[in-house]
Amino acid sequence: MIPSAFEYYAANSVDEALKLLAEHGDEAKILAGGHSLLPAMKLRLAAPTVLIDINPIAELRSINVGDKVTIGAMTTYASLLNSAELKAALPVIAEAVDQIGDPQVRNRGTIGGALAHADPAADLPAVILALGGTLTAQGPEGTREISIDDFFVDMLTTSLEPNELLTTITLPKMGAGEGASYVKMVQPASGYAIVGAAAWVKLNADGTVAAARVAITGAGPKPTRLEEVENALVGGASSEEAVTAASEAVSDELELLGDIHASEDYRRAMVKVYTRRAILKAIKAAS
Amino acid sequence: MTKITVKVNGKEYTSEVEGRTLLVHFLRDQLGLTGTHIGCDTSQCGACVVVMNGDSVKSCTVLAVQANGAEIKTVEGLAEDGKLHPLQEGFWERHGLQCGFCTPGMLMSAYDLLQKNPNPSEEEIRHGLEGNLCRCTGYENIVRAVQYAAAKMRNEEPAPIGAKEQVVESVGS
Ligand SMILES: Cc1cc2nc3c(=O)[nH]c(=O)nc-3n(C[C@H](O)[C@H](O)[C@H](O)COP(=O)(O)OP(=O)(O)OC[C@H]3O[C@@H](n4cnc5c(N)ncnc54)[C@H](O)[C@@H]3O)c2cc1C
Ligand code: FES
Ligand code: FES
Repeated sequence: MIPSAFEYYAANSVDEALKLLAEHGDEAKILAGGHSLLPAMKLRLAAPTVLIDINPIAELRSINVGDKVTIGAMTTYASLLNSAELKAALPVIAEAVDQIGDPQVRNRGTIGGALAHADPAADLPAVILALGGTLTAQGPEGTREISIDDFFVDMLTTSLEPNELLTTITLPKMGAGEGASYVKMVQPASGYAIVGAAAWVKLNADGTVAAARVAITGAGPKPTRLEEVENALVGGASSEEAVTAASEAVSDELELLGDIHASEDYRRAMVKVYTRRAILKAIKAAS
Repeated sequence: MTKITVKVNGKEYTSEVEGRTLLVHFLRDQLGLTGTHIGCDTSQCGACVVVMNGDSVKSCTVLAVQANGAEIKTVEGLAEDGKLHPLQEGFWERHGLQCGFCTPGMLMSAYDLLQKNPNPSEEEIRHGLEGNLCRCTGYENIVRAVQYAAAKMRNEEPAPIGAKEQVVESVGS
Protein backbone atom coordinates (compact mmCIF):
# COMPACT_ATOMS: atom_id res chain seq x y z
CA MET A 1 0.00 0.00 0.00
CA ILE A 2 1.34 3.33 -1.07
CA PRO A 3 -0.04 6.70 0.04
CA SER A 4 -1.57 8.95 -2.59
CA ALA A 5 0.82 11.53 -3.98
CA PHE A 6 1.79 14.59 -1.96
CA GLU A 7 4.37 17.33 -1.99
CA TYR A 8 6.97 16.83 0.70
CA TYR A 9 8.63 19.71 2.57
CA ALA A 10 11.20 19.34 5.34
CA ALA A 11 10.90 22.27 7.76
CA ASN A 12 14.09 23.27 9.51
CA SER A 13 12.56 25.66 12.02
CA VAL A 14 9.23 26.36 13.70
CA ASP A 15 8.91 29.55 11.63
CA GLU A 16 9.46 27.65 8.42
CA ALA A 17 6.85 25.05 9.39
CA LEU A 18 4.34 27.81 10.24
CA LYS A 19 5.02 29.56 6.96
CA LEU A 20 4.45 26.33 5.03
CA LEU A 21 1.26 25.68 7.01
CA ALA A 22 -0.05 29.17 6.24
CA GLU A 23 0.80 28.75 2.59
CA HIS A 24 -0.83 25.37 2.10
CA GLY A 25 -3.74 25.62 4.52
CA ASP A 26 -6.12 22.70 4.79
CA GLU A 27 -4.26 20.66 2.19
CA ALA A 28 -1.26 20.28 4.46
CA LYS A 29 -0.49 17.97 7.35
CA ILE A 30 2.36 18.06 9.82
CA LEU A 31 4.47 14.90 9.79
CA ALA A 32 5.92 14.09 13.22
CA GLY A 33 6.84 10.47 14.02
CA GLY A 34 4.47 9.39 11.29
CA HIS A 35 3.28 6.36 13.23
CA SER A 36 -0.34 7.39 13.15
CA LEU A 37 -0.33 9.55 10.03
CA LEU A 38 1.58 7.29 7.60
CA PRO A 39 -0.45 4.14 8.38
CA ALA A 40 -3.61 6.21 7.83
CA MET A 41 -2.23 7.54 4.53
CA LYS A 42 -1.26 4.06 3.37
CA LEU A 43 -4.84 2.95 3.93
CA ARG A 44 -5.94 6.18 2.19
CA LEU A 45 -7.91 7.13 5.28
CA ALA A 46 -5.95 10.36 5.06
CA ALA A 47 -4.76 11.92 1.82
CA PRO A 48 -3.09 15.27 2.48
CA THR A 49 -1.58 16.76 -0.66
CA VAL A 50 1.21 18.44 1.27
CA LEU A 51 3.31 16.98 4.09
CA ILE A 52 5.39 19.26 6.28
CA ASP A 53 8.03 17.14 8.01
CA ILE A 54 9.05 18.69 11.34
CA ASN A 55 11.62 16.00 12.16
CA PRO A 56 14.54 18.27 11.23
CA ILE A 57 13.56 20.87 13.87
CA ALA A 58 16.11 20.11 16.58
CA GLU A 59 14.73 22.70 19.01
CA LEU A 60 11.53 20.67 19.34
CA ARG A 61 13.44 17.68 20.71
CA SER A 62 14.20 18.47 24.32
CA ILE A 63 13.56 17.44 27.89
CA ASN A 64 14.18 20.14 30.51
CA VAL A 65 13.75 19.44 34.19
CA GLY A 66 13.68 22.60 36.29
CA ASP A 67 10.92 23.85 38.59
CA LYS A 68 8.70 22.29 35.99
CA VAL A 69 9.29 19.73 33.29
CA THR A 70 9.15 20.99 29.71
CA ILE A 71 9.23 18.58 26.82
CA GLY A 72 9.57 19.51 23.15
CA ALA A 73 6.76 18.18 20.96
CA MET A 74 9.14 16.17 18.74
CA THR A 75 10.69 14.25 21.63
CA THR A 76 10.34 10.57 20.84
CA TYR A 77 8.94 7.99 23.21
CA ALA A 78 12.38 6.35 23.29
CA SER A 79 13.99 9.61 24.45
CA LEU A 80 11.34 9.97 27.16
CA LEU A 81 11.99 6.41 28.26
CA ASN A 82 15.76 6.83 28.36
CA SER A 83 15.95 10.13 30.25
CA ALA A 84 17.14 9.43 33.80
CA GLU A 85 16.34 13.02 34.76
CA LEU A 86 12.76 12.69 33.58
CA LYS A 87 12.41 9.34 35.32
CA ALA A 88 13.44 10.97 38.60
CA ALA A 89 11.12 13.97 38.20
CA LEU A 90 8.09 12.19 36.72
CA PRO A 91 8.43 8.40 36.83
CA VAL A 92 4.90 7.92 35.49
CA ILE A 93 5.99 9.03 32.01
CA ALA A 94 8.39 6.12 31.59
CA GLU A 95 5.86 3.78 33.22
CA ALA A 96 3.32 4.72 30.54
CA VAL A 97 5.67 5.02 27.56
CA ASP A 98 7.04 1.53 28.17
CA GLN A 99 3.51 0.26 27.51
CA ILE A 100 3.17 2.03 24.14
CA GLY A 101 3.49 0.01 20.93
CA ASP A 102 6.88 -1.64 20.49
CA PRO A 103 10.52 -0.47 20.29
CA GLN A 104 10.19 0.68 16.67
CA VAL A 105 7.03 2.67 17.40
CA ARG A 106 8.82 4.22 20.38
CA ASN A 107 11.86 5.07 18.26
CA ARG A 108 9.74 7.18 15.89
CA GLY A 109 6.54 8.21 17.70
CA THR A 110 6.54 11.56 19.50
CA ILE A 111 4.76 13.02 22.51
CA GLY A 112 3.48 15.92 20.41
CA GLY A 113 2.08 13.58 17.77
CA ALA A 114 0.42 11.43 20.41
CA LEU A 115 -1.41 14.47 21.82
CA ALA A 116 -2.16 16.28 18.55
CA HIS A 117 -3.54 13.12 16.95
CA ALA A 118 -6.02 12.59 19.84
CA ASP A 119 -6.49 8.92 19.08
CA PRO A 120 -9.20 7.81 21.52
CA ALA A 121 -7.08 4.78 22.50
CA ALA A 122 -3.68 6.49 22.85
CA ASP A 123 -1.94 6.25 26.19
CA LEU A 124 -0.15 9.54 26.86
CA PRO A 125 -3.27 11.74 26.59
CA ALA A 126 -4.65 10.21 29.79
CA VAL A 127 -1.32 10.63 31.59
CA ILE A 128 -0.97 14.30 30.60
CA LEU A 129 -4.58 14.90 31.68
CA ALA A 130 -3.90 13.34 35.08
CA LEU A 131 -0.73 15.37 35.51
CA GLY A 132 -2.47 18.62 34.58
CA GLY A 133 -0.16 19.58 31.74
CA THR A 134 -0.08 22.82 29.78
CA LEU A 135 0.53 22.79 26.05
CA THR A 136 2.16 25.57 24.07
CA ALA A 137 1.04 26.14 20.51
CA GLN A 138 2.54 28.48 17.98
CA GLY A 139 0.58 29.98 15.11
CA PRO A 140 0.66 32.96 12.78
CA GLU A 141 -0.64 35.20 15.59
CA GLY A 142 2.02 34.08 18.03
CA THR A 143 2.17 31.72 20.95
CA ARG A 144 -0.63 30.58 23.24
CA GLU A 145 -0.98 28.17 26.11
CA ILE A 146 -3.70 25.57 26.24
CA SER A 147 -4.60 23.71 29.41
CA ILE A 148 -4.76 19.99 28.73
CA ASP A 149 -8.29 20.13 30.17
CA ASP A 150 -9.33 22.24 27.14
CA PHE A 151 -7.31 20.34 24.55
CA PHE A 152 -9.25 17.20 23.63
CA VAL A 153 -12.46 18.14 21.85
CA ASP A 154 -13.64 14.90 20.29
CA MET A 155 -12.36 11.75 18.59
CA LEU A 156 -9.20 12.75 16.64
CA THR A 157 -10.03 16.42 17.28
CA THR A 158 -8.19 18.91 19.48
CA SER A 159 -8.44 22.63 20.07
CA LEU A 160 -5.29 23.20 17.98
CA GLU A 161 -6.04 25.40 14.97
CA PRO A 162 -5.11 23.93 11.58
CA ASN A 163 -2.43 26.61 11.19
CA GLU A 164 -0.90 25.98 14.62
CA LEU A 165 2.00 23.82 15.69
CA LEU A 166 2.14 22.17 19.09
CA THR A 167 5.62 23.01 20.34
CA THR A 168 5.97 22.27 24.06
CA ILE A 169 4.37 20.25 26.82
CA THR A 170 4.84 21.63 30.34
CA LEU A 171 4.23 19.41 33.33
CA PRO A 172 4.46 19.94 37.09
CA LYS A 173 7.12 17.83 38.83
CA MET A 174 6.11 15.22 41.38
CA GLY A 175 6.17 16.97 44.76
CA ALA A 176 6.41 15.53 48.26
CA GLY A 177 3.42 13.34 49.09
CA GLU A 178 2.48 13.06 45.42
CA GLY A 179 2.35 10.00 43.22
CA ALA A 180 1.07 9.03 39.79
CA SER A 181 0.48 5.90 37.81
CA TYR A 182 -0.81 4.57 34.49
CA VAL A 183 -2.34 1.13 33.99
CA LYS A 184 -3.75 -0.32 30.83
CA MET A 185 -5.91 -3.18 29.64
CA VAL A 186 -4.28 -4.09 26.36
CA GLN A 187 -6.07 -5.14 23.19
CA PRO A 188 -3.73 -8.07 22.51
CA ALA A 189 -3.50 -7.74 18.74
CA SER A 190 -3.01 -3.99 18.39
CA GLY A 191 -1.44 -3.20 21.75
CA TYR A 192 -3.71 -0.17 22.13
CA ALA A 193 -5.75 0.40 25.28
CA ILE A 194 -9.20 -1.13 25.64
CA VAL A 195 -9.18 0.86 28.85
CA GLY A 196 -6.27 2.91 30.16
CA ALA A 197 -6.38 4.79 33.45
CA ALA A 198 -4.02 7.42 34.80
CA ALA A 199 -4.09 8.82 38.29
CA TRP A 200 -2.26 11.53 40.18
CA VAL A 201 -2.76 11.95 43.94
CA LYS A 202 -1.47 14.23 46.66
CA LEU A 203 -1.69 12.88 50.17
CA ASN A 204 -1.89 14.75 53.47
CA ALA A 205 0.47 13.82 56.29
CA ASP A 206 -2.33 11.78 57.90
CA GLY A 207 -2.72 9.72 54.72
CA THR A 208 -5.98 11.31 53.57
CA VAL A 209 -6.25 12.45 49.98
CA ALA A 210 -5.57 16.18 49.54
CA ALA A 211 -6.01 16.32 45.77
CA ALA A 212 -6.49 13.92 42.86
CA ARG A 213 -6.73 13.89 39.10
CA VAL A 214 -7.92 10.77 37.33
CA ALA A 215 -8.27 10.28 33.58
CA ILE A 216 -9.14 7.43 31.25
CA THR A 217 -8.42 6.62 27.64
CA GLY A 218 -9.43 3.85 25.24
CA ALA A 219 -12.94 3.56 26.62
CA GLY A 220 -14.72 6.54 25.09
CA PRO A 221 -14.52 8.92 22.13
CA LYS A 222 -11.82 11.00 23.79
CA PRO A 223 -9.54 10.86 26.82
CA THR A 224 -11.53 12.18 29.74
CA ARG A 225 -11.08 13.16 33.37
CA LEU A 226 -13.31 11.37 35.88
CA GLU A 227 -14.27 14.27 38.10
CA GLU A 228 -16.85 12.31 40.11
CA VAL A 229 -14.13 9.87 41.10
CA GLU A 230 -11.74 12.71 41.96
CA ASN A 231 -14.39 14.38 44.15
CA ALA A 232 -15.16 11.11 45.90
CA LEU A 233 -11.46 10.63 46.68
CA VAL A 234 -10.56 14.06 47.99
CA GLY A 235 -10.87 14.39 51.75
CA GLY A 236 -11.24 10.65 52.17
CA ALA A 237 -8.83 7.97 53.31
CA SER A 238 -6.27 6.46 50.97
CA SER A 239 -7.25 2.93 51.97
CA GLU A 240 -8.15 0.24 49.44
CA GLU A 241 -11.74 0.37 50.68
CA ALA A 242 -12.06 4.11 50.15
CA VAL A 243 -10.45 3.94 46.72
CA THR A 244 -12.71 1.07 45.65
CA ALA A 245 -15.76 3.06 46.71
CA ALA A 246 -14.52 6.18 44.91
CA SER A 247 -13.90 4.20 41.70
CA GLU A 248 -17.54 3.17 41.72
CA ALA A 249 -18.47 6.86 41.37
CA VAL A 250 -17.89 6.70 37.59
CA SER A 251 -20.94 8.46 36.16
CA ASP A 252 -23.54 6.42 34.30
CA GLU A 253 -23.73 9.37 31.92
CA LEU A 254 -20.07 9.02 30.90
CA GLU A 255 -20.04 8.40 27.16
CA LEU A 256 -18.22 5.15 26.37
CA LEU A 257 -17.83 3.16 23.17
CA GLY A 258 -18.48 -0.46 22.33
CA ASP A 259 -16.75 -2.36 19.54
CA ILE A 260 -15.78 -5.90 18.55
CA HIS A 261 -13.12 -5.97 21.29
CA ALA A 262 -15.29 -4.88 24.20
CA SER A 263 -18.89 -3.82 24.65
CA GLU A 264 -19.84 -0.52 26.22
CA ASP A 265 -21.00 -2.29 29.41
CA TYR A 266 -17.78 -4.25 29.67
CA ARG A 267 -15.75 -1.07 29.21
CA ARG A 268 -17.79 0.67 31.93
CA ALA A 269 -17.02 -2.18 34.32
CA MET A 270 -13.34 -2.17 33.34
CA VAL A 271 -13.09 1.61 33.70
CA LYS A 272 -13.93 1.12 37.38
CA VAL A 273 -11.44 -1.72 37.81
CA TYR A 274 -8.54 0.03 36.07
CA THR A 275 -9.31 3.36 37.71
CA ARG A 276 -9.11 1.68 41.10
CA ARG A 277 -5.79 0.02 40.18
CA ALA A 278 -4.31 3.27 38.89
CA ILE A 279 -5.31 5.21 42.01
CA LEU A 280 -3.99 2.52 44.37
CA LYS A 281 -0.70 2.45 42.49
CA ALA A 282 -0.47 6.24 42.58
CA ILE A 283 -1.12 6.22 46.33
CA LYS A 284 1.62 3.63 46.79
CA ALA A 285 4.00 5.85 44.81
CA ALA A 286 3.02 8.83 46.96
CA SER A 287 3.52 7.18 50.33
CA MET B 1 10.84 13.85 -7.23
CA THR B 2 13.44 14.54 -4.57
CA LYS B 3 17.09 13.65 -4.72
CA ILE B 4 18.29 11.74 -1.67
CA THR B 5 21.63 10.38 -0.57
CA VAL B 6 21.56 7.45 1.80
CA LYS B 7 24.35 5.29 3.18
CA VAL B 8 23.19 1.69 3.25
CA ASN B 9 25.44 -0.98 4.75
CA GLY B 10 28.39 1.37 4.37
CA LYS B 11 27.78 2.19 0.72
CA GLU B 12 26.47 5.56 -0.42
CA TYR B 13 23.57 5.72 -2.87
CA THR B 14 22.08 8.79 -4.53
CA SER B 15 18.61 8.42 -6.02
CA GLU B 16 15.53 10.31 -7.10
CA VAL B 17 12.43 9.34 -5.13
CA GLU B 18 8.80 10.41 -4.99
CA GLY B 19 7.66 11.92 -1.69
CA ARG B 20 5.37 8.98 -1.07
CA THR B 21 7.98 6.27 -1.68
CA LEU B 22 8.33 4.24 1.50
CA LEU B 23 11.81 3.45 2.73
CA VAL B 24 11.13 -0.28 2.35
CA HIS B 25 10.24 0.15 -1.34
CA PHE B 26 13.33 2.27 -1.90
CA LEU B 27 15.54 -0.43 -0.36
CA ARG B 28 13.88 -3.31 -2.17
CA ASP B 29 12.93 -1.88 -5.55
CA GLN B 30 15.50 0.83 -6.14
CA LEU B 31 18.54 -0.66 -4.40
CA GLY B 32 17.59 -4.30 -4.94
CA LEU B 33 18.10 -5.11 -1.27
CA THR B 34 15.26 -7.58 -0.97
CA GLY B 35 16.41 -9.03 2.34
CA THR B 36 14.14 -6.51 4.03
CA HIS B 37 10.64 -7.97 3.79
CA ILE B 38 7.14 -6.55 3.61
CA GLY B 39 4.72 -8.53 5.72
CA CYS B 40 1.70 -6.62 6.91
CA ASP B 41 2.35 -3.21 5.44
CA THR B 42 0.28 -1.82 8.34
CA SER B 43 3.21 -1.18 10.71
CA GLN B 44 2.52 -4.20 12.87
CA CYS B 45 4.62 -7.21 11.85
CA GLY B 46 8.20 -5.94 11.87
CA ALA B 47 9.31 -7.91 8.79
CA CYS B 48 10.56 -4.59 7.37
CA VAL B 49 12.71 -3.51 10.34
CA VAL B 50 16.03 -1.88 9.48
CA VAL B 51 18.39 0.15 11.65
CA MET B 52 18.42 3.86 10.79
CA ASN B 53 20.99 6.11 12.47
CA GLY B 54 21.40 3.53 15.24
CA ASP B 55 17.71 2.90 15.98
CA SER B 56 15.50 0.15 14.62
CA VAL B 57 12.58 1.41 12.55
CA LYS B 58 9.79 -0.16 10.56
CA SER B 59 10.83 0.85 7.06
CA CYS B 60 7.24 0.59 5.81
CA THR B 61 6.41 3.50 8.10
CA VAL B 62 9.24 5.87 7.19
CA LEU B 63 9.39 7.81 3.94
CA ALA B 64 12.46 7.34 1.77
CA VAL B 65 12.91 11.13 1.71
CA GLN B 66 13.17 11.04 5.50
CA ALA B 67 16.23 8.83 5.16
CA ASN B 68 18.11 11.53 3.26
CA GLY B 69 21.55 11.78 4.85
CA ALA B 70 20.90 8.77 7.09
CA GLU B 71 22.95 5.65 7.71
CA ILE B 72 21.01 2.46 7.30
CA LYS B 73 21.83 -1.10 8.15
CA THR B 74 19.77 -3.88 6.63
CA VAL B 75 20.03 -7.63 7.11
CA GLU B 76 22.44 -7.73 4.13
CA GLY B 77 24.85 -5.65 6.21
CA LEU B 78 25.00 -8.00 9.20
CA ALA B 79 27.54 -10.56 7.99
CA GLU B 80 31.06 -9.24 7.60
CA ASP B 81 33.82 -10.67 5.40
CA GLY B 82 31.72 -13.73 4.66
CA LYS B 83 31.36 -14.50 8.37
CA LEU B 84 27.89 -14.67 9.86
CA HIS B 85 27.02 -12.13 12.54
CA PRO B 86 26.62 -13.79 15.99
CA LEU B 87 22.87 -13.18 15.70
CA GLN B 88 22.70 -15.02 12.40
CA GLU B 89 24.82 -17.79 13.89
CA GLY B 90 22.46 -17.88 16.89
CA PHE B 91 19.37 -18.22 14.69
CA TRP B 92 21.15 -21.07 12.87
CA GLU B 93 22.42 -22.84 15.99
CA ARG B 94 19.23 -22.47 18.02
CA HIS B 95 16.79 -23.04 15.16
CA GLY B 96 15.35 -19.52 15.47
CA LEU B 97 13.42 -19.74 12.21
CA GLN B 98 11.20 -21.99 10.23
CA CYS B 99 9.91 -20.34 7.05
CA GLY B 100 12.29 -17.43 7.60
CA PHE B 101 9.94 -14.70 6.49
CA CYS B 102 10.12 -12.78 9.77
CA THR B 103 13.83 -13.43 10.24
CA PRO B 104 15.40 -10.30 8.66
CA GLY B 105 13.20 -8.08 10.82
CA MET B 106 13.80 -10.22 13.90
CA LEU B 107 17.55 -9.99 13.34
CA MET B 108 17.52 -6.21 12.96
CA SER B 109 15.32 -5.65 16.02
CA ALA B 110 17.52 -8.01 18.01
CA TYR B 111 20.59 -6.17 16.70
CA ASP B 112 19.19 -2.86 18.00
CA LEU B 113 18.31 -4.50 21.32
CA LEU B 114 21.79 -5.95 21.85
CA GLN B 115 23.47 -2.68 20.86
CA LYS B 116 21.60 -1.00 23.70
CA ASN B 117 21.44 -3.85 26.18
CA PRO B 118 24.25 -6.41 25.72
CA ASN B 119 23.01 -8.65 28.52
CA PRO B 120 19.22 -8.74 28.35
CA SER B 121 17.05 -10.99 30.48
CA GLU B 122 14.61 -13.30 28.73
CA GLU B 123 11.83 -10.85 29.57
CA GLU B 124 13.80 -7.96 28.10
CA ILE B 125 14.37 -9.94 24.90
CA ARG B 126 10.65 -10.62 24.57
CA HIS B 127 9.81 -6.96 25.27
CA GLY B 128 12.46 -5.89 22.77
CA LEU B 129 10.97 -8.09 20.05
CA GLU B 130 7.37 -7.03 20.66
CA GLY B 131 7.24 -5.30 17.30
CA ASN B 132 8.07 -8.48 15.39
CA LEU B 133 5.55 -11.17 14.64
CA CYS B 134 6.46 -14.75 13.79
CA ARG B 135 3.81 -17.14 12.60
CA CYS B 136 6.00 -20.25 12.75
CA THR B 137 8.31 -20.63 15.69
CA GLY B 138 6.28 -19.73 18.75
CA TYR B 139 9.18 -17.41 19.66
CA GLU B 140 10.91 -19.80 22.10
CA ASN B 141 13.83 -20.55 19.81
CA ILE B 142 14.09 -16.94 18.72
CA VAL B 143 14.67 -16.00 22.35
CA ARG B 144 17.31 -18.76 22.64
CA ALA B 145 18.94 -17.51 19.44
CA VAL B 146 19.21 -13.99 20.81
CA GLN B 147 20.56 -15.32 24.10
CA TYR B 148 23.16 -17.29 22.13
CA ALA B 149 24.18 -14.17 20.20
CA ALA B 150 24.26 -12.00 23.31
CA ALA B 151 26.63 -14.47 25.00
CA LYS B 152 28.85 -14.67 21.91
CA MET B 153 28.99 -10.90 21.59
CA ARG B 154 30.07 -10.67 25.23
CA ASN B 155 32.75 -13.28 24.47
CA GLU B 156 31.04 -15.83 26.67
CA GLU B 157 30.10 -19.42 25.99
CA PRO B 158 26.40 -19.67 24.98
CA ALA B 159 24.28 -21.83 27.28
CA PRO B 160 23.92 -25.37 25.89
CA ILE B 161 20.69 -26.41 24.19
CA GLY B 162 18.09 -27.35 26.77
CA ALA B 163 19.91 -25.54 29.59
CA LYS B 164 16.85 -23.63 30.65
CA GLU B 165 14.63 -26.70 30.73
CA GLN B 166 17.17 -28.47 32.97
CA VAL B 167 17.14 -25.55 35.38
CA VAL B 168 13.36 -25.64 35.55
CA GLU B 169 13.43 -29.39 36.20
CA SER B 170 16.00 -29.16 38.95
CA VAL B 171 13.96 -26.44 40.65
CA GLY B 172 10.94 -28.71 40.52
CA SER B 173 12.63 -31.81 41.91
C1 LIG C 1 2.10 -0.71 15.44
C2 LIG C 1 1.71 0.50 16.22
C3 LIG C 1 1.35 0.36 17.56
C4 LIG C 1 1.00 1.47 18.31
N1 LIG C 1 0.65 1.29 19.62
C5 LIG C 1 0.32 2.36 20.37
C6 LIG C 1 -0.03 2.21 21.74
O1 LIG C 1 -0.02 1.12 22.31
N2 LIG C 1 -0.37 3.32 22.44
C7 LIG C 1 -0.38 4.57 21.87
O2 LIG C 1 -0.68 5.54 22.56
N3 LIG C 1 -0.05 4.73 20.58
C8 LIG C 1 0.29 3.68 19.81
N4 LIG C 1 0.63 3.86 18.49
C9 LIG C 1 0.58 5.22 17.91
C10 LIG C 1 1.88 5.94 18.13
O3 LIG C 1 1.99 6.24 19.49
C11 LIG C 1 1.95 7.22 17.29
O4 LIG C 1 3.31 7.44 17.10
C12 LIG C 1 1.34 8.44 17.90
O5 LIG C 1 -0.01 8.25 18.16
C13 LIG C 1 1.43 9.65 16.97
O6 LIG C 1 2.66 10.28 17.09
P1 LIG C 1 3.56 10.56 15.84
O7 LIG C 1 4.69 11.38 16.32
O8 LIG C 1 3.87 9.30 15.18
O9 LIG C 1 2.60 11.51 14.97
P2 LIG C 1 2.22 11.53 13.42
O10 LIG C 1 1.67 10.23 13.00
O11 LIG C 1 3.33 12.10 12.64
O12 LIG C 1 1.06 12.62 13.47
C14 LIG C 1 -0.22 12.34 14.02
C15 LIG C 1 -1.14 13.56 13.81
O13 LIG C 1 -0.75 14.63 14.65
C16 LIG C 1 -0.39 15.79 13.89
N5 LIG C 1 0.78 16.36 14.55
C17 LIG C 1 1.88 15.68 14.95
N6 LIG C 1 2.74 16.49 15.60
C18 LIG C 1 2.17 17.72 15.62
C19 LIG C 1 2.56 18.97 16.17
N7 LIG C 1 3.71 19.12 16.84
N8 LIG C 1 1.73 20.03 16.01
C20 LIG C 1 0.55 19.88 15.35
N9 LIG C 1 0.12 18.72 14.82
C21 LIG C 1 0.91 17.65 14.95
C22 LIG C 1 -0.13 15.28 12.49
O14 LIG C 1 -0.39 16.27 11.53
C23 LIG C 1 -1.08 14.12 12.39
O15 LIG C 1 -2.36 14.56 12.05
C24 LIG C 1 1.00 2.77 17.71
C25 LIG C 1 1.36 2.92 16.38
C26 LIG C 1 1.73 1.80 15.63
C27 LIG C 1 2.12 2.00 14.21
S1 FES D 1 5.69 -4.59 6.75
FE1 FES D 1 6.37 -3.01 8.03
S2 FES D 1 5.64 -3.62 9.96
FE2 FES D 1 4.83 -5.19 8.65
S1 FES E 1 9.87 -18.23 10.82
FE1 FES E 1 8.07 -18.14 9.66
S2 FES E 1 7.24 -16.25 10.31
FE2 FES E 1 8.86 -16.49 11.64
